[in-house]
Amino acid sequence: MPKGSDIFLQNVSKIVVFLVLAFALYLFFTGHGSPGGGFIAGLMSAGALLLLALAYDIETVRKVVPFDFKLITAIGLLIALGTGTGALLFGQPFLKHAFGHFDLPLLGDTELHTALIFDLGVYLAVVGVTMTILLTIGEDR
Amino acid sequence: MNNLLVLPVLLPMAIAVLLMFFRTKTQLQRVIGLLGGIANVGIAATIVLRVREHGIQTLQLGGWAPPYGIVFVADMFAALLVLAASITGLAVLIYSFSTIGQKREEHYYYTFFHFLLVGVYGSFLTGDIFNLFVFFEVMLISSYALITLGGSKKQMREAPKYLLINILSSTLFVAAVAYLYAAVGTLNMAHLSQRIAEAGQGGVLNVIAVLFLVVFSLKAGLFLFFWLPGSYAAPPFAVRALFGALLTKVGLYAIVRTFTLIFPYDSSLTHTWIGGMAAATMILGGIGAAAYRDIPRILNYNVLIGVGFVAFGLSTGTRDGMEGVVFYMLHDILSKGLMFVLGGMLIAAAGTDRLDGMGGLIRRRPGLGWMFFILALALAGIPPLSGFAGKVLIVRGGLEDGMLTLSLVALASSLLTLYSIIKIFREAFWGVEPQTEPEAEMSKARPGLANVSAVLLLLFVIGLGVGANGVYGPVSQAGETLADPSLYIEAVLKE
Repeated sequence: MPKGSDIFLQNVSKIVVFLVLAFALYLFFTGHGSPGGGFIAGLMSAGALLLLALAYDIETVRKVVPFDFKLITAIGLLIALGTGTGALLFGQPFLKHAFGHFDLPLLGDTELHTALIFDLGVYLAVVGVTMTILLTIGEDR
Repeated sequence: MNNLLVLPVLLPMAIAVLLMFFRTKTQLQRVIGLLGGIANVGIAATIVLRVREHGIQTLQLGGWAPPYGIVFVADMFAALLVLAASITGLAVLIYSFSTIGQKREEHYYYTFFHFLLVGVYGSFLTGDIFNLFVFFEVMLISSYALITLGGSKKQMREAPKYLLINILSSTLFVAAVAYLYAAVGTLNMAHLSQRIAEAGQGGVLNVIAVLFLVVFSLKAGLFLFFWLPGSYAAPPFAVRALFGALLTKVGLYAIVRTFTLIFPYDSSLTHTWIGGMAAATMILGGIGAAAYRDIPRILNYNVLIGVGFVAFGLSTGTRDGMEGVVFYMLHDILSKGLMFVLGGMLIAAAGTDRLDGMGGLIRRRPGLGWMFFILALALAGIPPLSGFAGKVLIVRGGLEDGMLTLSLVALASSLLTLYSIIKIFREAFWGVEPQTEPEAEMSKARPGLANVSAVLLLLFVIGLGVGANGVYGPVSQAGETLADPSLYIEAVLKE
């Protein structure tokens, strides 16, 4: 795609990508009490990166996220596995989660749950897998 | 609360994920995998000992009591199968080192290998039917990757069939679970059994039972095996060993578990079906093994005969038959792994997979030849070796139950097994060596490690036969649980 011919798409994408990523972040944190969670947030983020790849090219995406997406998948799996295994250290059954209320500086009284860390693993795995699929097929011409 | 039970699943999963970080460092991958494999044998042995001493072990994941949470359950049957599978997994891993090739190793071979083991161990240990489905998928998706990895023309031709048939059977599996959930409203196996006993198995529950039978038969190659001989001839021999030893056995395990625990209450219908399918599998498998003259097909049809034998044992429904099922499955996991390892070594040594192009190998490879001979006797069930005890128990169960025809079919299939393997032994190892350049293939492979793997498996195959008396205690304990589902239910739902 020649540069300049899609100036509308590129400029709109610059704004929309951040909106989509912000919505993904919202979905990620709201997952415990209302619809959302790691899976859909991961797909949403991958969607934002895909929009970037469509408006610009794959090289731009590689510059924005300069990691190997396969390793992101692996890190996600490791985090998810780690939260399950963490319970073993405290003599609890596998996958036992813990939560507590914390007084955070900006947010005030917040409930933090180890399930969130598990969700972070899911999120990274989903982003990694989706982007690996998209980029592998996209570069295979 | 007993986290030991999750370790057989957790350890290979951690290894698989770790190996994704060192894709190109194959030596490191091998070392980590090997250490993990050895540790897993140790863990599995510990679980067997613990079940032997303290009875059925359960672990409630996340601390949620059944039927609300997922439980891992190790009765003696599951524990023994995990042990046999981890021994075979270790041996096949060692065999992979020398045969799989740098190119495949660099493309996540060991990651897929360990994820496949995760699926197998998880399927054996889980006590929840939907979780069983998930572990099936973990295993199957890894097997899709392993069957296509390398991308040779033959693999690309056979893999789509394998994928299609498994996606179809997985869809049926989900549908069957949905019907079952709609009918009785629970997914925990012990709780399912209790509810079905209360409701009385019949009508729609029988339909669901038969649907499960179709699903698991597709996976195990019980009568619905049309996809198996072709698919299992495509990937490298290390992968075939893994498939032949473990994948069909997981399907069989699911059949045994389903029809001894969840649907044992109308055996006049279900067990008759299983018996008929077992007979058909043994007959067709025997014909296939006797008919072909290329080694991959002979070996693949021998896998089917083993599947038929276990299903026959299950259909007898007697205590002897159940003990036979346990014993025979242990033998089958180890000996089918050995069969494919030796088959791979034989083909590497001869440089061809056609019997017509072979001969006289006993002069060059006497060790391989005699190992093959012992394997043939073990598969057929000649007394001091591992196949004997299982077959005797199964046939005795069949005769007790008055299934004379089926017992005769089973014995005849043993004869055909012996004939087909001895046919390989006679034509490949005796006679005159044909004038070809056989060393070309051999120079690449390092047979030393393959020998280690074969000897390791052979020791267990012989040990299981010679030490049958020692093994009989645990096997009998496993048979007791299979024959009486209330033991399992009490162990899971007591707390």
